[in-house]
Amino acid sequence: MVENRPWANLVAHIVLLSGVALVAFPVYVAIVASTHSLSGLLQGTLPLLPGGHGIENYTRMWQSGVSNAGAPPAALMLWNSFIMAMAITVGKLSISLLSAFAIVYFRFRFRMFFFWIIFVTLMLPVEVRIIPTFQVVADLNMLNSFAGLSIPLIASATATFLFRQFFMTIPEEMLEAARVDGAGPLKFFKDILMPLSVTNIAALFVIMFIYGWNQYLWPLIITTDPDYYTIVMGIQRMTSEENPQWQLVMAAVVMAALPPVLVILFMQRLFVKGLTETEK
Amino acid sequence: MQTKRMTYPGRFLPYALLAPQVIVTLIFFIWPAGQALYQSLLREDAFGLRSTFVGLENFARLFRDGSYVNSLSVTAVFAVGTTLLSMSVALLLASTVNRMIRSRSTYTTLLVWPYAIAPALAGVLWWFIFNPSIGIVPYMLEMVGYQWNHRNSGSDAMLLVIFAAAWKQISYNFLFFLAGLQSIPQSLIEAASIDGASPTKRFWTIIFPLLTPTTFFLMVVNVVYAMFDTFAIIHATTAGGPAQATNILVYKVYADGFVGLNLGSSAAQSVILMVIVVALTMIQFRFIERRVNY
Repeated sequence: MVENRPWANLVAHIVLLSGVALVAFPVYVAIVASTHSLSGLLQGTLPLLPGGHGIENYTRMWQSGVSNAGAPPAALMLWNSFIMAMAITVGKLSISLLSAFAIVYFRFRFRMFFFWIIFVTLMLPVEVRIIPTFQVVADLNMLNSFAGLSIPLIASATATFLFRQFFMTIPEEMLEAARVDGAGPLKFFKDILMPLSVTNIAALFVIMFIYGWNQYLWPLIITTDPDYYTIVMGIQRMTSEENPQWQLVMAAVVMAALPPVLVILFMQRLFVKGLTETEK
Repeated sequence: MQTKRMTYPGRFLPYALLAPQVIVTLIFFIWPAGQALYQSLLREDAFGLRSTFVGLENFARLFRDGSYVNSLSVTAVFAVGTTLLSMSVALLLASTVNRMIRSRSTYTTLLVWPYAIAPALAGVLWWFIFNPSIGIVPYMLEMVGYQWNHRNSGSDAMLLVIFAAAWKQISYNFLFFLAGLQSIPQSLIEAASIDGASPTKRFWTIIFPLLTPTTFFLMVVNVVYAMFDTFAIIHATTAGGPAQATNILVYKVYADGFVGLNLGSSAAQSVILMVIVVALTMIQFRFIERRVNY
């Protein structure tokens, strides 16, 4: 800071505290609402202090869900979300590492052509090609399965580019030394490239996990069997009812938001690194 | 494009390494996109039994169709509103955090976590606090004499989805603005203050111009976000209503294809959206090249 102005500091703190409050407000309301009974919520206006039905609501949502709205227990949906997010993350990272390795450390025919094929995925978000993609997955009998939930989403141009850029910064001498010592390509990849990429992998892991966990449209259209519902889309089933049970909806929202928020809070440094690098 | 100076010889291995990525891309990206392109030139009869080649008729119909033109303008309002709101709040917070010394990292932590919340959940959260019968905000608005009802009023519904979309994006913009602010040389700001420039003047004549690359980058990213990643917000809350007031393009593709089963029209809309994404991606890449030189 250039000059010391006590008043300006006070104003700055006020601005920031109101910013934090604004950002936290919707989530605070959700937490409060999840601790009241439905009648408590429907009595006029929303209470602003926690009520006494928290444990009851969370247990009910966790164990039995809202069956008449077609929402299975949250425990099941959270587990499905976790599997889907992990499969997407691990899948994206592994196929991107392999393709970046091929593109950087080999010269072969059609290299540019493959590079462009991968590049094109950047331009085709699932939302814009949703119906033909659905048809493909239906033709492959992948509806209502974890394979269908994850495999169509694991191609990743951003991760491939990021690893490519990172590999390009690794000194040439690494490969020369490895080849002098007689290491083949796969050994070089496993024993030298992978250990060097750990931080990058971890940073991308955080971003990709959040991406996978927060998927909405894709699980929504390819799962009709409640056993495969993920939590983020399952909540929509509960809110689209005539009279939603808001206390349970909000308990589910809190449980759905908690895992990725915790990931960000505990891995903030990796998260920021991953975020700023994937967008380059 | 470069490789390493020294590379491994390989006849089959590089293809094997690329295979998983390329196969997934071909099956789930290129093929469906091709299908969309193909279907956009066809029209199916009412029973879906026969389809005839109609050329660009589907596209021509779209632009004659009032609801598509409406969706275009709704998308424009939504994207501009979300981008402006989210970026200005984020810039205010980032430049304020940037002058803090001891509390900087605490405030940063407190401001970044909404990035983790799924757009669908953001929609549900705002839907709930703006709920006309039990929500807290309509209650407060009523005290100042405004009847909030996003179920009937198109502009209320639009405001609601803009709030939800912008709220979720604040943390992202905040982080990039903060990084941009920290890369501005402190000496410039000190020199200006020795010359007697007030903090406001310094912001508008030095800091803001130097942030232009970041601002431009974020504008593109936010428009892409508002156009494509906000499907969940619309679907989980207004479902395009009331009276199509929040029917943005990505939602309309889904609604016309899955609900309305009008495949030709939906495919034509997909193709238009792809053209928009390609254009935006190009702008983004052109800009990144410039930023490297900057």
